[in-house]
Amino acid sequence: MDTQAVRRDFPILRQLVHGKPLVYLDSAATSQKPEPVLRALDEYYRTYNANVHRGVHVLSELATERYEAARARVARFIHAPGPESILFVRNTTEAINLVAYAWGRAHLRPGDEVVLNPMEHHSNLIPWQLTARATGAHLRFLDLTPTGEIDWNSVDRVLGPRTRLLAVTQVSNVLGTINPVAELVAAAHRVGALALVDGAQSVPHMPVDVTALDCDFLAFSGHKMLASMGIGVLYGKPDILAEMDPFFGGGEMIDEVTLESATWKEIPWKFEAGTPNVAGAISLAAACNYLDQLGMAQVQEHGSSLAHYALAQMQQIPGVEVYGPPADRPRGALVAFNVRGIHPHDLSTILDQEGIAIRAGHHCAQPIHQWLHIPASARASFYIYNTPAEVDYLIAALQRAKEYFAHVLG
Amino acid sequence: MSLDDLFREVILDHYKNPHHFGELPDPTVSIHLKNPSCGDSIDLQLKTEGDRVVDAAFRGQGCSISMASASMLTDAVRGKTIEEAERLLVAVQEMLRGAGVDPRLGDLTALEGVSHFPVRVKCALLAWEGLDKSLRKLHPPAGK
Repeated sequence: MDTQAVRRDFPILRQLVHGKPLVYLDSAATSQKPEPVLRALDEYYRTYNANVHRGVHVLSELATERYEAARARVARFIHAPGPESILFVRNTTEAINLVAYAWGRAHLRPGDEVVLNPMEHHSNLIPWQLTARATGAHLRFLDLTPTGEIDWNSVDRVLGPRTRLLAVTQVSNVLGTINPVAELVAAAHRVGALALVDGAQSVPHMPVDVTALDCDFLAFSGHKMLASMGIGVLYGKPDILAEMDPFFGGGEMIDEVTLESATWKEIPWKFEAGTPNVAGAISLAAACNYLDQLGMAQVQEHGSSLAHYALAQMQQIPGVEVYGPPADRPRGALVAFNVRGIHPHDLSTILDQEGIAIRAGHHCAQPIHQWLHIPASARASFYIYNTPAEVDYLIAALQRAKEYFAHVLG
Repeated sequence: MSLDDLFREVILDHYKNPHHFGELPDPTVSIHLKNPSCGDSIDLQLKTEGDRVVDAAFRGQGCSISMASASMLTDAVRGKTIEEAERLLVAVQEMLRGAGVDPRLGDLTALEGVSHFPVRVKCALLAWEGLDKSLRKLHPPAGK
C-alpha cells in the first residue's frame, strides 16, 4: 500500500494544528474522508439531488438508481447474499437498536437469555439492557481472559438452552482484541440462538464476509470507513428480516394504508421509513470502492502493523501501561494506554498542542474500564493514511509529556 | 496559549496535594457529580451553620483541572455566607466562560487559563456545578 499516495487523497491532513502538522490518531472515533467520497457527495447534491422511490422525474430516477446501487455495493463489500439483506440506518447504534426492538421485543420472553461480554461498546449493551427490562429476559456475560480475550471456558458454561441471542463485537474499541466471531456464531447456533456481530471497528479495517461468518446480523457505521456521518448498515439474513415487524413506521415503508391499518413493503424497504440518507449511502458506496481498490487484506495489515509498532514502543517507556492482547496476538488498528501520573484528558491536551489528535476518556465502554480497574484511558487509533513516522512522533510526544508533567509537578 | 497557561503552578499544587480531600462527619449537604463524557467524578460536601458554610470537603477522581478546581473550591467557600458563595460561583463561572481575570478571586484566578482551552472548561466547572446544586438544596429559590 502506497501510504503517501493515500495521504494525498485526504485534504484534511494537509493542515497545521497549533502550528504543527496534524497527526490524526482518532480514526476509531471517526475516519477522515478521501477525495472520491467528497466528490460523490458533492456530485449528488450538485447534479441529481432528489427524493428516492417516489418522483416520476429524471433526478428522482437517478437518485433512486444510485441509492439502490449503493445498497448492492455494500452487499458485495461484506459478501452478503443480496441487496435485500442490507438496511440503511444512521449508524451502528441504530442498527443494534433496530434488532433489540424489532426482533428482541417480539421474540424474547421472561427467562430467555441474551449473552454479551464486558468488552462491548455501550451501543451493544444499553439496547439489550432496555430490551431485557421490557421483556423479562436476562443478560448473561462471557468471561474475559486476563489479557482481554473471550474465555472459551465461559462460552460453554454461559450458552445454553435459554440463550436466544449472542451479541459480540468483532474488534474491541478499547482492547483492540479481534474476537473469533465465526466460532462464537457457530457456538450460538449450536444452542439454537441467533448471533449479532458489532462490526463498527472491524468492517472498516479487515475483510468481513457475512456468508462465511454465518452471523444473523452485522451492524456497522459508514463514518468510520471513509463515508459521511449519518449512514450505517444493518445486515440481516433475509429470512429473519422478512419475518420481523418494522422498527419505525411512516412514509416509504408501507404497501397499502387505511385509517385503521397498513401493510408493509418487502425487505429491505420495510425498515426504511421516511426519507433516507441518500447522499450518505452514495458516499458509502464510494468508500467501499476506495477500500476495495486498496484491498481489505492490505488495509488490515497496514492498521494492525501500526498498532503493533506503537504497542512495542509504548512498552519500552517506563510508566506507560498498555491494554489488550500481548504483542504476539492479533490486534485491531488501535492501542489504549495510560501514562502513570497523567490523566488521559491532561495527556490529550498536551498531545493536542503537538498537533496529535487522540481520544481520551472511557470511549463509550465503561464496563471494560471497570474490568481493567481504571477510570479512563488514552487511545491512539490508526487507519490507511497513518504512517510509522507518525507513531514515532507520538512516542516522542509521550516522552515529552512525561517530562513536562514530571517537571511541572516537581 | 501555551500549556503553562493551563497547568499553572497553583493548579498543579492543588492536584498534587488536594485540600480538604475526604468526607465530613456530619455534612449538611452532599452532592455526587459525574462527567459522563470522561468519567470524572466528584463528591462534594458542605457543612453549614445558620447561613454560613463552616466546612467543605470533596472526594473524587479525574484530571488535574477537575481535581484542582474542586480543591480550590473547598478553600474558597469555607467561611462564606450562602449569599457570598452564590456570588463566588457566578464570578468563577463567568471567568471560565472567558470574562477575564477577576482579581477578587485570589488563587482561583489560576483557573482563568482554562477558559482558553474550551474543551477543558467542563473539567473546571464540574465541582462548581456541585456547589450550584448544593446551594440550591440549602437555599431553594423562592416559591418552591
